[in-house]
Amino acid sequence: MNLNATLFFQLVVFVLLGVFTMKLVWPPIVRALDERAKKIADGLAAADKAKSDLTLAEKKAVEELRKARESAGDVRASAEKSASQLVDEARAEATRIIAQARRAAEAEADVAAQHARDELRDQVAMLAVVGAEKILRREINPRVHAELLANLKQEL
Amino acid sequence: MTIEHAANAPTPSEYIVHHLTHLNSIGEKQSSIVDWSVINYDTLFFSVGLGLFTVFLMWLAARKATSGVPGRFQGCVEVLVEMVANQAKGIVHSPESRRFVAPLALTVFLWIFLMNAMDLLPVDLLPFFWQTAMDSHDVPLRVVATADLSATLGMSIGVLMLCLFYNIKIKGVKGWVHELFTAPFGSHPVLWPVNLLMQIIEFAAKTISHGMRLFGNMYAGELVFMLIALMGSAWAVSATGIALAVAHVVAGFAWAIFHILIITLQAFIFMMLTLVYIGQAHEGH
Repeated sequence: MNLNATLFFQLVVFVLLGVFTMKLVWPPIVRALDERAKKIADGLAAADKAKSDLTLAEKKAVEELRKARESAGDVRASAEKSASQLVDEARAEATRIIAQARRAAEAEADVAAQHARDELRDQVAMLAVVGAEKILRREINPRVHAELLANLKQEL
Repeated sequence: MTIEHAANAPTPSEYIVHHLTHLNSIGEKQSSIVDWSVINYDTLFFSVGLGLFTVFLMWLAARKATSGVPGRFQGCVEVLVEMVANQAKGIVHSPESRRFVAPLALTVFLWIFLMNAMDLLPVDLLPFFWQTAMDSHDVPLRVVATADLSATLGMSIGVLMLCLFYNIKIKGVKGWVHELFTAPFGSHPVLWPVNLLMQIIEFAAKTISHGMRLFGNMYAGELVFMLIALMGSAWAVSATGIALAVAHVVAGFAWAIFHILIITLQAFIFMMLTLVYIGQAHEGH
């Protein structure tokens, strides 16, 4: 246990090592620590923000889905409406065409019936004339009695 | 591991004295308690060498320090920095002073830890290499720099000077002189000499106990290792001799493990007291 000049050297070394650490060691490490702390804080904040953004986006998506469903319902309703309208129109058209066709057929039938009746009448008249001719022979001249025959045809 | 020379094996007391002799500028054991003309080369070599090693290691970590994912080495240094920074924050309340005091505390902790850790090397290992290199069995070498009172008091006086510096810097010359004469007992003129004497005693007690505590622990630890080594050196092919050899191994093992605690604790205490004393310099009585 002795004291000697080693003491002064040790004192100087002590201070120099402290100064070295202060200049070259401490600042970069503390800076790295602080920066990392900031990075972590930023990261946590970003994560929180992302989470709230996600909740918001989910809410928005649900809302959009609801809107889409609503508008799809509208579209379907209007489509159904216009479809039924089309059907109605087609039905009306068909009814109209059928009626028209029936009318035309009836008219044709009438014409045909009339024609047949006329023909029948002519033939009956002719038959009557022929019968009468056969009965009367010469006594009745078709040309002379044409007016009489026409009148007879009218009455049939 | 002990010196074994069949021709002139040293007696136990010669062995101890030889191991407690410094490699100094006068080439023999310093006779007086205080002699400012003597320099201990071994203390200086190991303290400067380990000091440079300490700051080099820390510089390696600091050079590539990244705020991204740290490697293991950087993480290790960061843990130490964080620990010292937190201690400093709680003790020294001036951020301006902490810019120097905290790095100093970190360096002191690691440096003293490494100097203390030299105690864990076998007591004769480095002296044996040194004696072989110098081709002489008599050249002394002490490897534990903190077991040299000059080294520990040198550091504690460094802390004292920092305390005086911060006292003046924070309180001003006038404020500090005022404190020297009026604290701790009061500002009555009759109490001035008592106050001043009390302040001087306080500074001296802090500084001496600061250096002596570390020195005492390391010196005693070293001495115990030497005594354990002596047991082994006395081994022989007899019941007692073998018992001594076994005792050497067991005791050396146990003491080395215990000493791991002591060297860390003493380095930590020295660092904490450095912070505490400098912190006190910032506060008025």
